[in-house]
Amino acid sequence: MTDTVNIIKLTAAEIAARIASGDLTAVEVTEAHLARIEAVDEKVHAFLHVDREGALAQARAVDEKRERGEKLGPLAGVPLALKDIFTTEGIPTTVGSKILEGWIPPYDATLTKRLKAADVVILGKTNMDEFAMGSSTENSAYGPTGNPWDLTRIPGGSGGGSSAALASYEAPLAIGTDTGGSIRQPASVTGTVGVKPTYGAVSRYGMVAFSSSLDQGGPCARTVLDAALLHEVIAGHDPLDSTSIDAPVPPVVEAARNGSVDGMRVGVVKQFRGEGYQAGVIQRFDESVALLKELGAEIVELDCPSFDLALSAYYLIAPSECSSNLARFDGLRYGVRTGDDGTHSAEEVTSLTREAGFGPEVKRRIMLGTYALSSGYYDAYYGSAQKVRTLITRDFEKAFEQVDVIVSPTTPTTAFPIGERADDPMAMYLADLCTIPTNLAGNAAMSLPCGLAPEDNLPVGLQIIAPALKDDRLYKVGAAVEAAFVERWGHPLLEEAPSL
Amino acid sequence: MPGITREEVAHLARLARLELKPEELDHFAGQLDDIIGAVARVSEVADQDVPPTSHPLPLTNVMRADEVRPSLTPVQALSGAPAQEQQRFKVPQILGED
Amino acid sequence: MTTTTDLVSYEDALASYDPVMGLEVHVELGTKTKMFCGCSTELGAEPNSQTCPVCLGLPGALPVVNATGVESAIRIGLALNCEIAEWCRFARKNYFYPDMPKNFQTSQYDEPIAFNGYLDVQLEDGETFRVEIERAHMEEDTGKSTHVGGATGRIHGASHSLLDYNRAGIPLIEIVTKPIEGAGERAPEVAKAYVRELRELIKALGVSEARMEQGQMRCDVNLSLRPHGREKFGTRSETKNVNSLRSVERAARFEIQRHAAVLNSGGTIIQETRHFHEDTGSTTSGRVKEEAEDYRYFPEPDLVPVAPTREWVEEIRASLPELPLVRRNRLVADWGISATDMQAILNAGALELIVATIDAGADAASARKWWMGELARSANESGRTLDELAITPEQVARVSELVSKGDLNDKLARQVIEGVLAGEGTPDEVVDKRGLKVVSDDSALGTAVDEAIAGNPGIADKIRGGKVAAAGALVGAVMKATRGQADAARVKELILEKLGVSEG
Ligand SMILES: [Mg+2]
Ligand SMILES: [Zn+2]
Repeated sequence: MTDTVNIIKLTAAEIAARIASGDLTAVEVTEAHLARIEAVDEKVHAFLHVDREGALAQARAVDEKRERGEKLGPLAGVPLALKDIFTTEGIPTTVGSKILEGWIPPYDATLTKRLKAADVVILGKTNMDEFAMGSSTENSAYGPTGNPWDLTRIPGGSGGGSSAALASYEAPLAIGTDTGGSIRQPASVTGTVGVKPTYGAVSRYGMVAFSSSLDQGGPCARTVLDAALLHEVIAGHDPLDSTSIDAPVPPVVEAARNGSVDGMRVGVVKQFRGEGYQAGVIQRFDESVALLKELGAEIVELDCPSFDLALSAYYLIAPSECSSNLARFDGLRYGVRTGDDGTHSAEEVTSLTREAGFGPEVKRRIMLGTYALSSGYYDAYYGSAQKVRTLITRDFEKAFEQVDVIVSPTTPTTAFPIGERADDPMAMYLADLCTIPTNLAGNAAMSLPCGLAPEDNLPVGLQIIAPALKDDRLYKVGAAVEAAFVERWGHPLLEEAPSL
Repeated sequence: MPGITREEVAHLARLARLELKPEELDHFAGQLDDIIGAVARVSEVADQDVPPTSHPLPLTNVMRADEVRPSLTPVQALSGAPAQEQQRFKVPQILGED
Repeated sequence: MTTTTDLVSYEDALASYDPVMGLEVHVELGTKTKMFCGCSTELGAEPNSQTCPVCLGLPGALPVVNATGVESAIRIGLALNCEIAEWCRFARKNYFYPDMPKNFQTSQYDEPIAFNGYLDVQLEDGETFRVEIERAHMEEDTGKSTHVGGATGRIHGASHSLLDYNRAGIPLIEIVTKPIEGAGERAPEVAKAYVRELRELIKALGVSEARMEQGQMRCDVNLSLRPHGREKFGTRSETKNVNSLRSVERAARFEIQRHAAVLNSGGTIIQETRHFHEDTGSTTSGRVKEEAEDYRYFPEPDLVPVAPTREWVEEIRASLPELPLVRRNRLVADWGISATDMQAILNAGALELIVATIDAGADAASARKWWMGELARSANESGRTLDELAITPEQVARVSELVSKGDLNDKLARQVIEGVLAGEGTPDEVVDKRGLKVVSDDSALGTAVDEAIAGNPGIADKIRGGKVAAAGALVGAVMKATRGQADAARVKELILEKLGVSEG
């Protein structure tokens, strides 16, 4: 038998193979991860809810299936940390908000169903910025999550719980959602891999909406191949989501197994550098570009002028949609109700419930969105933002006529200290400068580690952007870059993280 | 620049059903003003003859057949209700029209 | 009502002002499932048993458009002579209300699926009036609230409310007219005729049963007055949920009188919603909102645009049934009746019953005669509508057949119908049970005729003397003796024969 330490360091691909061959049981693997969570999560606080019994039951079912000789899914028995934004029947789902404290959904999200059908073992639900609004996980109503590289720093957000679970070896796989960078930025600052698939690739049914036209669920992992294996499990058409793509899933696993950039044209966008970018981040990024060239890629300089307006457009569109999406939280049908003492009307109870149930960032965005949509302002703000969106999409289209993928830093800085930007929304919003254009255009992007910034020894992420529906290109390029870096460093980057 | 007043913030809060405290009104007035001031640049393109994008993918006509699917049971439907009575969601007095 | 409203007489109001109306009608579609989820729309289910994450607005749930809902909207649009959008979207109408689970209504806003049409409606005297249609768009219904603790289920004074979301998400089509101008004093009549014509149209299209009493069709009456000769519209009032044809007419009439009173006294009309009261025929002011509603419409990001192909639209157009007005005009010609006769038939709700009776084999004249005569009387007496009577068009057709074969005369036929209505069975069973066959057998009649002649020698002499008309009295005596079952024509022949006179 392999000892505990080794099990938690295995990749998802290795775990699946060992379970399939009988070298390990799913229960052993699950117990090892539950033990790790027990040991370190008090410090990391990646999880809001650990479903110990459910995970073990699922693991036992996998082992029994194997004993009976039944066919196992490609990730059978592999533990996973699920962002608390996906509904799970019978398991609390809070979206990091007080307003849903104790809510137990009566239904599973499509993604949850697919994970279960693939025999993935769901360990529990991970911490996040409330309603996925934030870049640090400090906006969780249940307290912040620490970055395993330095527990006093943020693990990124909104999916900081998922990225921290991976980086602290609490789970080999995790699920995130990315509205403006909430998968990629946490991956970047924790030295892990995160992919925002093409909009519509992964069903949003049962994923609590923040900004419907931007939200996209996706895989988080420690390796590019693991992310691809998870991508294949969760992607695909869902008739319950009208915006779901009705086409075959691109061959992401095949691409991840055959990484190469030879002969590829790789774009570098002028707008993704300059003021606000940390020197070490730019240094590692430039090295990555040099590496791509070494590996046989042709580097093309690109100008995408409308990207300068992306952040502004995003901070009008996302709040507008959220102000409407979050209207349903009124304390009347589910969730916490405040102020129902017999002296208040339904209208007042709704206002008191929302006041008490939402945190400051959520209220700020609801107010901002209400403003942007209100009569007299709609055309100047929401309407213009939607036009910017068109311009950004056109810039991407033009760019992808010249290149196969675009690369950039994932986020301008490494992990900042918890509390540093907590009441400075504009500073916080800058964390998503490089990730937002992709959400607005709906195409696909990945973040993977490209080294440590020399000044603080914290991970830097490389972002790879592909056209819509060409998610496989991310994995092809990502796998090649990952292999070259691991060879250069002699080990995966995460090995350099301090042990917890 | 917009110059969002405290009164405007109060109006927005009423529209959004948020019972903001007085100090929040002041706080948000300042912050919303900053944010709007920063993002208002999008209106630079307001006059451009560009179609707005509401949906990132050019999908149309996604519809389902008119076939009944199982509903939740009433017990499931009401499982999250803060209050219920007679298999219905119980809510405080509604200030409606009469 | 505790408040009384000043009114001027209808005639005086019309002498000074010209009414302009706008009618908004909501029709609940008869689809099997809701507009955005697969929950059943069947009426009468127990509370909250037809709900799911989508129509309860649970976190994470997403809508998917019901194709039949879209098709029905296009059918209605085409029947209203509208253009059908090549591309349109749903929008979110944002406002908080407990009967609306998402706190926004998924509706169409500036891109309705159908627009720019018209509907010709017929007034009581047969005159046709064209009502222009602004738009018809798709949206969803709300849940139903029950108010507890106040007086008679009213919202005012209730301690709390109970919500059932079975109705939430049922597809609605909202049909909005352009301002209806030029109707003058006939405005209330036009309003009623429009809603009736629309109801007939919706039913004929098979998209809804459009039962107003069940809330499947609901009307808002917007009305304003302007002095004669002025082009600019006055301020309008919006009377909500006027839910019968009669009420539509009364509400328009009341508002004309009320507006005129306000304007005459130098007051101004405030734009407000008003409630119609069936009992008094009056309207009262709704709650005045402190702030104007700001619905913050924006395109629904969870639904993709609807872009009906022209092929589909033409396919639907080709499948439209004969529309009610066209059909009625055809029937008026076929049956050889006047427009006023047809109006009476419509008012009685007898049209479909008469058509069905004819389809079952009766001739048009007798089908019409029974439904508009005997049956209308019976319905009237029992306070029911014709279609609530315990008799089917097939049964009426059978009675009509028995009459035309000579097995029944009108008097007996009325007794048969009475028996059927009383639940005694089919027409044939009633005939058997009550023994209601016409007796035309000469031997059976002969005795009765002889007795009548013997019992009335004076009259018999008159007849012998050539006063053939006097035979009626003897026929009456025979009918009385046979309790109406004799074939009156044959009795008269026998009397004349026996008295040796001919009809001349
Ligand atoms: Mg409406
Ligand atoms: Zn439903």
